[in-house]
This record gives sequence, structure tokens and C-alpha cells, in this order.
Amino acid sequence: MNTIRLRQSDYAKIIDHAKAGLPYESCGLIAGTVDGEIKTVQHVFLLTNIDQSREHFSMNPREQLAAIKEMRTNGWSPLGNFHSHPETPARPSAEDIRLAFDSSASYLILSLAEVEPILRAFHIENGQASAENVECINE
Amino acid sequence: MFLTVAGNQKEYENGITVAKLVELENVETPQYVTVSVNDDFVENGTLETTVLHDGDTVEFLYFMGGGNARSILY
Repeated sequence: MNTIRLRQSDYAKIIDHAKAGLPYESCGLIAGTVDGEIKTVQHVFLLTNIDQSREHFSMNPREQLAAIKEMRTNGWSPLGNFHSHPETPARPSAEDIRLAFDSSASYLILSLAEVEPILRAFHIENGQASAENVECINE
Repeated sequence: MFLTVAGNQKEYENGITVAKLVELENVETPQYVTVSVNDDFVENGTLETTVLHDGDTVEFLYFMGGGNARSILY
């Protein structure tokens, strides 16, 4: 099972982005290095949800393109993406699964439904989602 | 001619279209892919008529989205 290793500061960055985007879903990309089943996040890209919706997100393609170029420049691998669920649990929806085209990606979902945010990661392939580990590390 | 595709330079037949490149590169689920040529996004419906030129830089961007969080499956 893959483990997503994330610095506390990057975890906080995702939460801040998601809270700033309320009441809508927020989204972004994660990039870094892969060592076996350990994916270490080196950078979090905060993208715009062009749907501006509480229940749907689409990443801004121009920001996505810029992020991919920056990953390439820095030698980072694309590790996956994240989005928030403002009012529902940190689990993939039917639409999340249907639109998960890259089985090598990790799909992170941040739920803001409870007082404390909950971040979970998933591997999605052939219409099935399975959990991955999320490990927050100090700087 | 030479194109830079997803960061890699490769040689292709002169005058191929974006649609042909998508086919040659075995792009999966092309209906969910946005193509950029020299940082300009190719309009939907024009892949067949957009001709590539020597030195062009092409990127394939998979649509990234989701939604309807009320229909949780997992």
C-alpha cells in the first residue's frame, strides 16, 4: 500500500486553501519523489476550482499546465491531486471515481465536514477505490 | 519534423495534426484530454484540423475533476 508522506506545513497549506475556498470545493496537485511505495510530497500546487461549486471541481487547465512545467523544471514527479469535500466525508464520490483516469496517481480528499479536518488518500483503478496511508512529518 | 511532447523531443512525420499525434502517442481517454500547443489550448473539435509544425511544444492535460460528493460510493 502506498504511503503519502507530507510535511506538516504542506498539510496546513492544503487545509488553508480548502478553508479559503469555502463554501466551494478546492483542489490542487501534489508533486515530489517516489521511492517504492513511499511518495514524498515536495510541493503542493494550489489550483483554482473553475466550477466554483460545493459539490464539484474542475482544475483550471492553465494552472495545471504551469504546475506540470514547474514539476519538470524541479525534477519532481506528479504524485496525484487533492480536493476538498466541504460538507461530506473524506471518501471518493461516484463522480470522483468515474473521473479518476490515472491509476498511478494518489487521490487525496480533505473533509471539512467535522470540526477537525480529515485528509485521506486513495488509489483508484477500474472503478474501485482503496485507501492509502497519509503520514504527516515535521519539517 | 521534431516536436517536444510532454517534455520529450521526438521526430514525427511532417504536417501531422493534433488528432494524429494523440493517436500516435496512444493517449488514453482522449475525450478527457486537453491539448496545448506552444501554451495555447487547442479548441474542442479542432484536433483534426490543427496542424503541427517543426519545433512545436505539445502537452496533454488530463481533465482533473470530480464531484457530487453526496453520492459517496466508497
